[in-house]
Amino acid sequence: MSHRVRVNPITCEAHGMCAELLPERIALDDWGYPIIDEQPLDPKLLAHARRAAQACPTFALLVEKQGSRSAP
Amino acid sequence: MSFPLAGAGPSVYWYMTRSTGAVALLLLTVSLALGVIDVRRLQSPRWPRFVIDGLHRNASLLALVFLVLHILTSVLDSFAPISLTAAFVPFLDSYRPFWLGLGTVAFDLMLAVILTSVLRQRVGYRVWRATHWLAYASWPIALLHGFGTGSDAKTTWLLALSVGCLLVVLAAVLARVLPGWPRDAARRGLALGGAAIFSLGLVLWLPSGPLGHEWARRSGTPAALLGHPSSSSSSTSGSGR
Amino acid sequence: MSAHLKSPGEQANGAQAQQPAGLPRLLRGIPAEGALSLSEHLAVHGEAPLAHGRRERRNAAALIDRVERAGLCGRGGAGFPTAVKMRAVAGARGRPIVVINGAEGEPASLKDRTLLGALPHLVLDGGVLAAQAVGADELIVGVCESSDVDALQRAIAERRGTADGSLRIRLATVPEHYVAGQEAALVNHLNGGPALPTFTPPMIFERGVSRRPTLVNNAETLAHLALIARHGSAWFRQLGTAAEPGSTLVTLSGPVAYPGVYEVEQGASLASLIEAAGGATARVRAVLLGGYAGAWVGAQALSGLALSDEHLAPHGATLGAGVVLLLSEDACGVAETSRVTRWLARESAGQCGPCVHGLDALASSIEEVASGAARGKARQRIARFASLARGRGACSHPDGAVRLIVSALEVFAEDFADHARHGICDACRRPGELPLPARAKTSATQAVRAKPAVAGTAGR
Repeated sequence: MSHRVRVNPITCEAHGMCAELLPERIALDDWGYPIIDEQPLDPKLLAHARRAAQACPTFALLVEKQGSRSAP
Repeated sequence: MSFPLAGAGPSVYWYMTRSTGAVALLLLTVSLALGVIDVRRLQSPRWPRFVIDGLHRNASLLALVFLVLHILTSVLDSFAPISLTAAFVPFLDSYRPFWLGLGTVAFDLMLAVILTSVLRQRVGYRVWRATHWLAYASWPIALLHGFGTGSDAKTTWLLALSVGCLLVVLAAVLARVLPGWPRDAARRGLALGGAAIFSLGLVLWLPSGPLGHEWARRSGTPAALLGHPSSSSSSTSGSGR
Repeated sequence: MSAHLKSPGEQANGAQAQQPAGLPRLLRGIPAEGALSLSEHLAVHGEAPLAHGRRERRNAAALIDRVERAGLCGRGGAGFPTAVKMRAVAGARGRPIVVINGAEGEPASLKDRTLLGALPHLVLDGGVLAAQAVGADELIVGVCESSDVDALQRAIAERRGTADGSLRIRLATVPEHYVAGQEAALVNHLNGGPALPTFTPPMIFERGVSRRPTLVNNAETLAHLALIARHGSAWFRQLGTAAEPGSTLVTLSGPVAYPGVYEVEQGASLASLIEAAGGATARVRAVLLGGYAGAWVGAQALSGLALSDEHLAPHGATLGAGVVLLLSEDACGVAETSRVTRWLARESAGQCGPCVHGLDALASSIEEVASGAARGKARQRIARFASLARGRGACSHPDGAVRLIVSALEVFAEDFADHARHGICDACRRPGELPLPARAKTSATQAVRAKPAVAGTAGR
């Protein structure tokens, strides 16, 4: 079961710690906001992703199971 | 390990309570300064944000460890009658009740800040953020507690340490409050005013207070403990109480 | 602006037939002014098959099958299959609520306020039928503050005692800004919060108003539903295309003799619509389709253009909220695009950094080009900001602005090049053609605290 990283753009305040801790999936745009690579996380990256989510001061970063968002 | 009350030198707990108290003050100062650096998003390539943030959290936790030691050793020390309850409920005990109680208040505030931070994901962002402001209240109360209860108030090392920490905290408050002026001018003005009044008040009070005559008696040391040869108001070396 | 019965392919509006053929459908019987009363409405359309009593209510869900066979899709701009939405809400845990979304945030779209203002009972029929089909006990009519609220209250009062008594119907006004009509924003407002979009999950069909499963449908969608319930899915499919059946309301504005709201069958040609509106009053340079967050289509493509998403897709456009905005040759496409982009940037909810900063940067870049002050590589800069803003907000507002700009760069390519070399053109000096209402943001709708921008974090 793979996981993905997602950001809540409303609570994100461009602190940028996520990009420091998970540069494999997160880059910052011109204004400091995260650009997320939605590729699934391999197990090695999962721990780093969780750490990045924990470090976010506003809880904007989420680690989600693939396909956990219900349709429609 | 305890030493008999009269005649013998101070117990090791008494030394520990003073030293851990001083270190806790230092660590709390460091934590507050790092917190301001954190919220101001200052960073450099060698000091990324997550490092500053991690240091801030670790300094706070380390301060907590020293505080716990500070409280335990003061309870265990048989000189002054301090109960464990006094660690959580202020102004109960008979030894310098007001000044000791301030320490309890500062500790309670710190506990609230640390607990909400550890349980941040449970309590939610808003509760965490609102509680965190209490840190700015906890620090000056802790400093006053140190001046009021500590028998080393007049020693150069502790005075220098306290004043140095105060200057660091003042600088941190300025760094926190000034950027973004004049947005929210009322709140910022209040913060600056509070810091100024506190510092000025402290400077005016110290000479006639803890640095003045017979502070031990005036601060509420029980009469039974006064008159002990080492309870005189001057204590430059470590042998006084 | 008034709504018109002059629809392409109109049949004589004679005695009310069992299954009325052709157009108009929704706009049948629309009064010259004021609203149809309940009895007048029933005279035009006949009784709605509302459920009375518990047994009938249990069978009300069969309407969802009918809607599915009819292929009805949302008319609010997203085009989502209505039956799928209804089923999701009906199957969620908790007693549902139905919301009629008449809070038209798109200033170039007038169809919903026209429907609710002149034919409220048709929309209310749809709302009540939908509520019965999903098992809801409450129906909320969301309208913008400038609507005739009293007339709607009267219409709702007229129905008291007639519809199934267990359904509560109430009116709610919504502040008038662009994103307030977005589903999540509307629900947020109804829950006592600001009229601004929220983050999902939770999805609205599971937890919306008062944390209950909520069905939000555009007013026009429900009007169609009211007719499908009466005349059936086969009737609905008599008009339109196989992929996009039925009729739809469009708001036609710009240089035509009679601008206003028209009902057309899906797939009708743009030419026939303009003809029905009395013809163009100036040469048409381009048409803006879908809304201000829509797409431009240039003059050369206009002759064969058909009004359905399927036909518009190759041009990068959709019908959206049924907006058809003609731009005359006298206007400057660059200047208009620049003004609209800045307007869209100001209408941002202000909650998401990429939207707030991305749209601002886009607007500034285009303004630079429009004023001739752009330095080299302006197009690359615009393209980069466009890719940065797309898909990174909590709602599709930035996506719409990007779509507008990308299509403008293509359709007005020559004008952009011209401006870059020679500065502003004569057309720029004239006042703009596209109406952009100035909307004061009240404190209640004021965007949340400013989104920070941390400079120098990424290389340009």
